[in-house]
Amino acid sequence: MSPLKLERGVSNRSAYDLRNPVEVSETHTIAVLVDNEAGVLARVIGLFSGRGYNIESLTVAEIDHTGHRSRITIVTRGNPAVIDQIRAQLERMVPVHEVHDLTVDGDTIERELALLKVRGTGSQRVEALRLADIFRAKVVDSTLESFVFEITGTSDKVDKFAELMRPLKLVELARTGVVGISRGV
Amino acid sequence: MSSKTDDSSSMHRMTGAKMVVQALKDNGVDVVFGYPGGAVLPIYDEIFLQNEIRHVLVRHEQGAVHAAEGYARSTGKPGVVLVTSGPGATNSVTGMTDALMDSVPVIVFSGQVPTFMIGNDAFQEADTVGITRPCTKHNWLVKDTDRLPHAIHQAFFVATHGRPGPVLVDIPKDVQFATGNYVPPEQADSTSYRPVVKGDRQAIETLAELLERAERPIFYTGGGVINSGLEACQLLRQLVEQTGFPVTSTLMGLGAYPACGKHWLGMLGMHGAYEANMAMYECDLMINVGARFDDRITGRVSDFSPASYKAHIDIDRSSINKAIPTELPIVGDAGHILRDLLEAWLERGGRTQTESVADWWSQIRDWKLRDSFQYDNSGSTIKPQYAIQRLEALTKGLDRYITTDVGQHQMWAAQFMGMDEPFRWMTSGGLGTMGYGLPASIGVQIAHPESLVINVAGDASWLMNMQEMGTAVQYRLPVKQFIVNNMRLGMVRQWQQILHGQRYSHSWSEALPDFVLMARAFGCHGIQVTRPEDVDDAITEMVETDGPVIVDCVVERHENCFPMIPSGEPHNRMIFAEDVEAETDELISGAGSVLV
Repeated sequence: MSPLKLERGVSNRSAYDLRNPVEVSETHTIAVLVDNEAGVLARVIGLFSGRGYNIESLTVAEIDHTGHRSRITIVTRGNPAVIDQIRAQLERMVPVHEVHDLTVDGDTIERELALLKVRGTGSQRVEALRLADIFRAKVVDSTLESFVFEITGTSDKVDKFAELMRPLKLVELARTGVVGISRGV
Repeated sequence: MSSKTDDSSSMHRMTGAKMVVQALKDNGVDVVFGYPGGAVLPIYDEIFLQNEIRHVLVRHEQGAVHAAEGYARSTGKPGVVLVTSGPGATNSVTGMTDALMDSVPVIVFSGQVPTFMIGNDAFQEADTVGITRPCTKHNWLVKDTDRLPHAIHQAFFVATHGRPGPVLVDIPKDVQFATGNYVPPEQADSTSYRPVVKGDRQAIETLAELLERAERPIFYTGGGVINSGLEACQLLRQLVEQTGFPVTSTLMGLGAYPACGKHWLGMLGMHGAYEANMAMYECDLMINVGARFDDRITGRVSDFSPASYKAHIDIDRSSINKAIPTELPIVGDAGHILRDLLEAWLERGGRTQTESVADWWSQIRDWKLRDSFQYDNSGSTIKPQYAIQRLEALTKGLDRYITTDVGQHQMWAAQFMGMDEPFRWMTSGGLGTMGYGLPASIGVQIAHPESLVINVAGDASWLMNMQEMGTAVQYRLPVKQFIVNNMRLGMVRQWQQILHGQRYSHSWSEALPDFVLMARAFGCHGIQVTRPEDVDDAITEMVETDGPVIVDCVVERHENCFPMIPSGEPHNRMIFAEDVEAETDELISGAGSVLV
């Protein structure tokens, strides 16, 4: 037993210095089934901002119009302890019915949809169309000097397509964020 | 949907305002703490027209929530608050945050501007559900009178089930005036909220086996045991007595195991007993029942109880592994789990490592010799510890409830006042809300009109909600305000002394009121005591006076609260009075004397 002799004027003994910053950060996709009531999205987002969790992407839509259920898909980053906390914090919210960590559950399909407006004429325009074909993007709108492409796929695929389109005068990009579902029954 | 021709439903047709009162009755409410205003006038009108539900007019909405907390924590029933829109609702935010942190069931009803004016920046409009979303378990904005009874009944369910907490129902004024169909609680739509109550049987078996094997075990209990109810407290006592294991508790859990019990180590944590903290540090099995590894408890997490196997019983799954990783989490109600655990352990033969546990106890007795709450008493000035010790000695054994404010006096009260029963100790633990004690004492006294209710306060804390003295006098509530007056923000001052090079930035009041005159102004009895030899008489006078009393107990200004785990240090690095004693002397003769 050796009681500590404190130095004077030491003010950095804060509880906030205690967290261990060197831990592996993982990306997880979490699906949350909620009652589609007023403010439910604000509740979920408020939980993330209030407790300092990341949101990399978020999608939400009502999936059951009679039962008024919505599915929120959140892509988040954090160390395993944080991911576990996110799940536990979500599960204890009153309007939350189910929480699925699709990344932990294993075999899942994740998709994102994007719309890209590319402006150009001549060879650039042809090149854009050719690349769109390779990526299986659809032309959903066309003028003599622009295309709107629709592409569906993983976020990586959308990233790559957008990257290729940038030098070909990509002028506008809209993405939905990730939705996911597990394979099989 | 409502139908005017349907006989069965027309029997239950009433205005939204009447529904509120009816729903309160149907949920067993007998008292509401509130403050009227434009947006709740229809509800106040209904309250006027009946006699079953008592309304207590507070002086500030924060006071209403703290009073409801005091009521709830001293009875185990939910506390109910009624406030108006805008400032009424925003004033209640601190109280709700306090209730959320300390898991107190409180239902707040707030008025709102009429639905057609929401979003127009109407007079006394605030986005109440938006503001209170992070400080409630759940909240409802009810835009349709037919939905109102469902929302209210759900609010009672959510507040009182699982980990208790505050909820808010925001009711626009037009919804209060409109007529709709009322349904009683049993016919209301249920929510999907279904907290787990029973603990996992396998995990409980494992814990029972660990009780047999542990050589240096400790029970670390929290407010969850008290929230679970009297039965859980009884089971804890039984389990502790039968295993013979030592037990410590958080600030919130005091009274679940009696302070007079022979296995009691005292409170643990930042200002807890040395033996409790050392036992936590050195144990090999920690059984956490209804506590959440708060940072006031753990100190430096990386050095928290390094050698122990940790079991954590908690009704809130998110408390598991939040601060401290645990080997054996059991999610569920403390009462259920303690019953199953006791059963499982007895079925296995009810064995422990008797010899090792005896050695463990002798180690603990050695630590106890450190006498970590000791202080140098004085013949000329009242030491705050002495005042609280005398308060304990002279009121022990009485039918007594203690509330506190926040700061040094709160820690001394926790150290020196022994709680032998649950529901008798009301303090703001998680949020540390100065100004909690006086309104909480009012709520307790409303629930227990014949009992002795004492608020152990600090001068600075007490001033934060002193307006509630008007409430106490109006309702003839004989609450005793025992103000430990050091003319300082004592805990702030202590930290500035120890951690900020004695730079006492704004931690004293230069214009304290005369508390005795203030008592007279409020219409109650005031006592000032300045000499140690008069403390007993003052306390006796306070207890024997019929009606509310304010005691101004003028104490040593520079007393520090020890022992202490400096923030960021582990349990085995507590500091004691003598570690900073030399500096304190220097302080009083030097810079400190200017302040006298």
